[in-house]
Amino acid sequence: MGSLRLDLTVPTRGFDLELALELGAETVALVGPSGAGKTTVLRAVAGLVRPARGTIECGGETWFAAGVDVRPEDRAVGYVFQEYALFPHLSVEQNVTFAGGRLDGLLDRLRLAHLANAKPRELSGGERQRVALARALARRPRVLLLDEPMSALDPHTRGAVRAELHDLLRELGLPTLLVTHDFEDAAVLADRIGVLADGRLHQLGTADDLLATPADDVVASFAGANVLPGVAAPTPDGLTTIRLDAGGTIFSTARAVGAVDVVVYPWDVSLGLTAPDDSALNHLADEIVSVGRLGNRVRVRLRTLTAEITAASAERLTLQPGRRVIVGFKATATRLLPRA
Amino acid sequence: MRALFAATFAVATAIAFAFLLLPIVAIFSRVPIGHLFAQLDDPVTLDALAVSLKTSAIAHACVLLFGTPPAYLLARRRFPGRAAVLTLVELPLVLPPAVAGIGLLVAFGRFGLLGRHLHAAGIDIGLGTQTAVVLAVAFVESPFYLRGAVAAFEAVDDDLIAAARTLGAGPWRVFLRIALPLAAGGLGAASALALARGLGEFGATIIFAGSLQGVTQTLPLAIYAQFDQNLDVALAIGALFILVGVGILIALKVFGWVRFVSISPFRPAASTSS
Repeated sequence: MGSLRLDLTVPTRGFDLELALELGAETVALVGPSGAGKTTVLRAVAGLVRPARGTIECGGETWFAAGVDVRPEDRAVGYVFQEYALFPHLSVEQNVTFAGGRLDGLLDRLRLAHLANAKPRELSGGERQRVALARALARRPRVLLLDEPMSALDPHTRGAVRAELHDLLRELGLPTLLVTHDFEDAAVLADRIGVLADGRLHQLGTADDLLATPADDVVASFAGANVLPGVAAPTPDGLTTIRLDAGGTIFSTARAVGAVDVVVYPWDVSLGLTAPDDSALNHLADEIVSVGRLGNRVRVRLRTLTAEITAASAERLTLQPGRRVIVGFKATATRLLPRA
Repeated sequence: MRALFAATFAVATAIAFAFLLLPIVAIFSRVPIGHLFAQLDDPVTLDALAVSLKTSAIAHACVLLFGTPPAYLLARRRFPGRAAVLTLVELPLVLPPAVAGIGLLVAFGRFGLLGRHLHAAGIDIGLGTQTAVVLAVAFVESPFYLRGAVAAFEAVDDDLIAAARTLGAGPWRVFLRIALPLAAGGLGAASALALARGLGEFGATIIFAGSLQGVTQTLPLAIYAQFDQNLDVALAIGALFILVGVGILIALKVFGWVRFVSISPFRPAASTSS
């Protein structure tokens, strides 16, 4: 069984990236903001960037350690670059066979046989991604490195391409490191997700772990949650009241005292035009900044937080930027993270 | 005021174009293209043409052979002093060719720094030898090639080189299958420009190699030698240069078209993490 173990310190602009990670035949996604060093991790595993210290081992082979630095061409990695980095002057087939291996039905497997003689510039985004995957697999890699494999795709094909990539990764059973800035992509494609920010791993776990018990505000906001800073105090009836820094007071069933981050997921937030008489304890007046459609859902960005509601509700309420609405969410839908 | 602006700029433009075009028009008014080849059928011209073609071809081959590897290294490697080396490479561009000529003389001439040892070994490169012409032409044209070639190799996407390496390609394979074909357009353009500069070389050649008909007298030297004896021959050679120059400029445009552009139709905005 293949496995990848790394324990690295890589100097980058502004900070030292430190990361220890061990993966078996599974996909681990590294998510985090731009400039967090996600790509640097992939480049270090491939041998394109030299760590200051640490070790990289793959399938019992040492690729990097004190006094050991195996050249990139001698490391069996399948690297899919961010913009795919297909050789523009070579055909699809020449790209895939560049590593010298035989095709072994790779073109058929990735539905590229009919494009064998096409040049990369003639292909769609999804086709380019498949060529990049086929080329990486033709090298017979022991580890797959995927750098933002979904970023060069247009939104229409994204869902289908993602599902296809998911199936392929399961079928391959290779240790796979995937870099993405999109939590949804990570949740669909990866078995585990690591949140990388400020040069360190904030949390490593399943998508459910990260959503349910985020280690800190960085993880929570990356998992797609609203993070509202405030000051918490207990109430006599056993709840917690939080005075938000942005103004307003809300209630939570979670317990905490002092400076906290309130975590609320967008799908737990409802919107109304008037203050409703419902069971939700928390109501805040807010103003819509933008309204973006995601399939049958609509993501509504407000000044203090983001709500996700059905497209039908959004139409019924005629939501548009500039409109003032009442934001509602239940005290049970909040999590409190003590602030360091 | 608008009318004054239009008039001023129109007049300046007309004067500039007339100034640049008049000598060319004048040459062709004295040498109709139909008579060009008849005028060129002259022993001095034919000798000069043979010397020019031979020395330029050898010099250019040397520049490509010894210029391409350093251009690749300068484009792909980062090392201390790289900027200084790049500046040094461009020095011959701003030197008067006459300075290049005397420099070559005191380096390779019979009493030169290296030349005196070569002379002791029975090899003479200086005045009156075709080797001297080749050295002069190569020295003067090489910065034109190096500069363009460095830029051409720098334009090759780093990720393509990195991708080739992760696919198991060693340095030779990366160079021959990826870098060289992708830089071909830029290398061709740089090569054409350098060749044109080399064919026109005058100052360094006349000082270092002399102007010996049939040996070191290249076409530009023949113009100089002929213009007070047989102006029509000098003019015919001039016309020939103009035609070759136009041909090279057209070739440059053509090389410009075959540049490989980015293969991605759009670049995502917020997805770079390094």
